[in-house]
Amino acid sequence: MKVYLERTNESKEIKASNVSELLKKLSLNPATVLVIKNNTLVTETEKLNEKDEIKIISVVSGG
Amino acid sequence: MPCKRCKTSPVITLQSGNQPCKNCFIKYFEKKVGKTIREHKLVEKNDKVAIAVSGGKDSLTILSILHNLSLRKKDFEVFAILIDEGISGYRDKTRIDAEEFCKKNDIKLNVFSYKDELGAPLDEIIKKTGISGCTVCGIMRRSMLNIAARKLGATKLATGHNLDDEAQSVLMNYMRNNMEVTARLGPITGIKRDKQFIRRIKPLYFMPEKEVTAYSFLKELLGKYSECPYADQSYRNDVRDLLNGFEQKHPGTKYAIIASFMEILPTLKEKYAQESGKINHCPKCEEPTSGIICKRCQLVAQIKEKLAKS
Ligand code: SF4
Ligand SMILES: [Zn+2]
Ligand SMILES: [Zn+2]
Repeated sequence: MKVYLERTNESKEIKASNVSELLKKLSLNPATVLVIKNNTLVTETEKLNEKDEIKIISVVSGG
Repeated sequence: MPCKRCKTSPVITLQSGNQPCKNCFIKYFEKKVGKTIREHKLVEKNDKVAIAVSGGKDSLTILSILHNLSLRKKDFEVFAILIDEGISGYRDKTRIDAEEFCKKNDIKLNVFSYKDELGAPLDEIIKKTGISGCTVCGIMRRSMLNIAARKLGATKLATGHNLDDEAQSVLMNYMRNNMEVTARLGPITGIKRDKQFIRRIKPLYFMPEKEVTAYSFLKELLGKYSECPYADQSYRNDVRDLLNGFEQKHPGTKYAIIASFMEILPTLKEKYAQESGKINHCPKCEEPTSGIICKRCQLVAQIKEKLAKS
């Protein structure tokens, strides 16, 4: 699926069946990000499929 | 697991393990902030609360919550103060977010800039004086907020500091042996009751950064991600990573740091209140100072001198 990382402004293609697995593949700590699936905020247990559009937002503010 | 109450999709996992839906999370968040305000007497009847806003998520969250609370309670007032450092590509953007929010909600926004105060925006100060941005902000932002709040008649000054910010500060002060600085932390601050020093309040004190961000996202307060180009907070970033790593392995670590800190805080405040003796006021700006001319006035003079020579 398509994953957009807002902080670094990158897009990636990643396969994962749920949010937890996705964050592991990206080496991201769940405490530091929000995961938005098709414009909706979801938890780590949320299931994902190929057609989902994912956006990852950093919770750390800059400055 | 759907939300226990309404059986709809959850938006976040709380520390308790609960997974509330959007509406239940927003209710939980506002209730918990309200509880912090009540239990620690952050806002009292007839207060005039100045809210320090940057336009970032933490500040818009606290502005929105306190503004709504003041409309409901009608026994205290709020207004906003923004310090514009003059950082192009960063503060100019978040300033627009703050202005738009205040306009939409009919909140008075007072802007004070480094340009008026120091004669140049931060971009130019850094280029021409070689002084680091964070050094300038470390002294200027704090004192400009206090002076502005005092001049505008505020009785409290609210900031958007969250649980993560505070847990980082507590830990950093431990690791650098800065207990006197630690004594100035807490949900409501000011070691001494000094008329010139407007008491600072942190209503988001017990809210983890992730929850604040989730709230601001759900309430459409979250702007686009932006970062100060001069950010030089490597020590804080290391402590943040350390704490988040710990939190993942040992959930509850951040809360535990704050809870144990709250237990020793009264003792710390007492110790340093006795030791710090009489507080002077700077003859130039009337700000509280332990010396004669305050650090702020010294820095202002230094910057102005260097700018004049450049
Ligand atoms: S990162 Fe440093 S220079 Fe930038 S706004 Fe924050 S304190 Fe100022
Ligand atoms: Zn619910
Ligand atoms: Zn002074």
